[in-house]
Amino acid sequence: MTAPTQQKLKVHGPVVVTANRLRDGAVVYRAALGGWTTDLEASAIVHSAEDAKKLLAAASEEGLDAVGPYVAPVDTAGGRVMPGNLREQIRVAGPTFDLPGTAIR
Amino acid sequence: MYVYDNFDRTLLAERVSEFRDQVGRRLSGALTEDEFKPLRLMNGVYLQLHAYMLRVAIPYGTLSSAQLRTLAHIARRYDRGYGHFTTRQNMQFNWIKLSDLPDVMADLAETGLHGMQTSGNCVRNVTTDQWAAVAPDEVEDPRIYAEILRQHCTMHPEFTFLPRKFKIAVTAAKHDRAAIRVHDIGLRMHKNGAGEVGFEVVVGGGLGRTPFVAKTVKPFLHKRDLLSYIEAILRVYNQYGRRDNIYKARIKILVHELGAEKFASEVETEWQSIKDGPLAIGPELIADVASHFKYPTYERLANEPIELQRARSIKPQFGRWFRNSVSPHKQPGYSIVTLSLKPEGAPPGDATAEQMDAIADLADRYSFGEIRVGHEQNLVLPHVPQRDLPALWEALDAIGVATPNVGLVTDIIACPGLDYCSLANTRSIPVAQELTRRFKSLDAQHSIGRLHVNISGCINACGHHHVGHIGILGVEKNGEEFYQITLGGRADEQAELGALMGPAVPYNEVADVIEDVVAAYVELRERPEELFVDTVKRLGVEPFKDRVYAAR
Amino acid sequence: MPLVKNLRIVEDPFVRVLDEAPVADDAAVLVPAARLTADAGELLQRGGRTGVIWPNNRNVAELAPYLDRLDVVALTFPKFQDGRAYSQARLLRERYGFRGELRATGQVLRDQFLFLIRAGFDAFEVTKPADAEHFAEAARRYSAFYQPAGDGRGPASRKQLAEAAAG
Repeated sequence: MTAPTQQKLKVHGPVVVTANRLRDGAVVYRAALGGWTTDLEASAIVHSAEDAKKLLAAASEEGLDAVGPYVAPVDTAGGRVMPGNLREQIRVAGPTFDLPGTAIR
Repeated sequence: MYVYDNFDRTLLAERVSEFRDQVGRRLSGALTEDEFKPLRLMNGVYLQLHAYMLRVAIPYGTLSSAQLRTLAHIARRYDRGYGHFTTRQNMQFNWIKLSDLPDVMADLAETGLHGMQTSGNCVRNVTTDQWAAVAPDEVEDPRIYAEILRQHCTMHPEFTFLPRKFKIAVTAAKHDRAAIRVHDIGLRMHKNGAGEVGFEVVVGGGLGRTPFVAKTVKPFLHKRDLLSYIEAILRVYNQYGRRDNIYKARIKILVHELGAEKFASEVETEWQSIKDGPLAIGPELIADVASHFKYPTYERLANEPIELQRARSIKPQFGRWFRNSVSPHKQPGYSIVTLSLKPEGAPPGDATAEQMDAIADLADRYSFGEIRVGHEQNLVLPHVPQRDLPALWEALDAIGVATPNVGLVTDIIACPGLDYCSLANTRSIPVAQELTRRFKSLDAQHSIGRLHVNISGCINACGHHHVGHIGILGVEKNGEEFYQITLGGRADEQAELGALMGPAVPYNEVADVIEDVVAAYVELRERPEELFVDTVKRLGVEPFKDRVYAAR
Repeated sequence: MPLVKNLRIVEDPFVRVLDEAPVADDAAVLVPAARLTADAGELLQRGGRTGVIWPNNRNVAELAPYLDRLDVVALTFPKFQDGRAYSQARLLRERYGFRGELRATGQVLRDQFLFLIRAGFDAFEVTKPADAEHFAEAARRYSAFYQPAGDGRGPASRKQLAEAAAG
């Protein structure tokens, strides 16, 4: 979970390009049809460093909608698209505990 | 607390207006992210895993009840109903939208709050002792000098683009509750042989990748010279701090590479040219700043009023809380009350909007409308009449901020970690939560005694793990969360970095390991009063390492 | 890259001469530090004006002998976040008493204008034309300043504001 922008690009398995939406910081994914989506299932999935770089380059051009794009692993084993590591799970589902005020005291 | 005048309000209003313009230009594309990022950072706006995070400055950890209500309002209106108090006495909101931020800043400004310089390569919040102005062992109120520094460093034209962030802390008490020796500049107010109050200046402390304890560069600096001397330090740093490598850009690296003596002499040379210029502080400036601080008009009260004695004798729970969370005040008949934000199972240092509002009301009723934030991520009501302690306790208990664990093993300092932070390698909050569950017995906690546990989710050390009695640092190994344990660190006037105990342990074993470490301490201590940190000092980490790793 | 002086976009009378080319007697030129230190005598006794482009990692004390004959000192911001030239500017104005044109070059963006002015710069090679057009507006954004600096504004303005509010 080293910050992804500090890592060299290595692709072992399916990956997506993800970022944060400019206006509200929400987690978004580069969509298969171009642009950005909040739905991981609708994201463009690639399998090589070459393709990942292309996707990243296209994503980085549009600084108006999303900020800080990087390549993140996904897990497609179960037939669905799931986040591929703990950091990406947390970005999808939020912190791994009840937020204050929501827990039953 | 410091009350804004027209000048301060004007500057803040102009800042709000500037930021609104900058956000507008970012959203329209007139500013790229690279151009916008340093600007938003200088207003405390980060981009984290889930959303933008706003860090609101709480100068030297002092809040009015009105300000605390404003923070509650921001939490409710623009966030998810809670906020987090940080290790630098600030507040963080984790779910803010960029598009809302101009309005957030405007709302904050109504009670003199802002996010100015809580990030960026500039001088950050000048922190101090959460017991400032009320601690019995203090020479003077350090917040006056923290405020003088705050003003001087706010939008300083020369020092807004430093090589890296810059953190200053001030203490004026015998016991350093502000961790000055792990700051870029630490200032220790004390009296010299002639009875004059001045500052010992230490420079180059810091945690993170290359932790250092600060070195003394000036044993005694007169009040008059405070600003010119700090200016000289900043100017030397601005010119000679490294700009080629962000991991080597803090002043601690410059001090280390030059050596403390050479560094001090560079500063001295620069200082000689400016010390008698417009930065010389006259008594009028000090009086002017001090006059903006509101001090309570204390009643003449006796210590140990009957209400207090009675409550202690008939309510054991109150007595336990009193012994743990209430500290002596310099004014007879008054107390300093710590509000624990570390209840069992909860993320350390968080408070809901409801709690904030309730605490603001209690501050109005029992503490002259004033609240303090400590770097341990707890709150303080600094001026409570002793006769009101029983009633206050009932009210605090009802809102969940009276856990009598202050300074004990479950009073954990933790960074937000991977659950929130884009820099993190591992989670820290769930580790803290599990530890509070393992050690939930108050009897056990009291028999263990004072024990500071600090957890950082990455090497940036925002949880100050290097100076924890027990330090826990999250590292990543093959995509899994592992944790290194250090022992024997201290943040106070005897500041020291902890020593590594052994190989990192996986996430699901951390709580077990900490239980073993504490059990080893109980076994090894010379007598119950020997603190954990002193046992480690006496014996080193080996005996702990042996016991912990024997079964693993 | 438009040049802004006195809150307006102006023509730059100076030409950069970055090599060893000879300089006409009446030409207004900006030369790099190495050229100045090598040819100071010759350059500075001409009729034409001389300015130097000074790197941000070199001590401005070296300029002291030339300051009374230099018309321009151009300081450098390789990236706008590299703030070393702010210290250089203040030292030139406040310690060495430089009265000529102090020019900001490199990456000079709108949100730094006020800091630059306060540090003592009075000429700006502005990176983006749109920023240059908004210079006057950006320069007026703040009226309150907490500290004294190279432009003479500081705590004195605090007192004035308080008086203005009271009166």
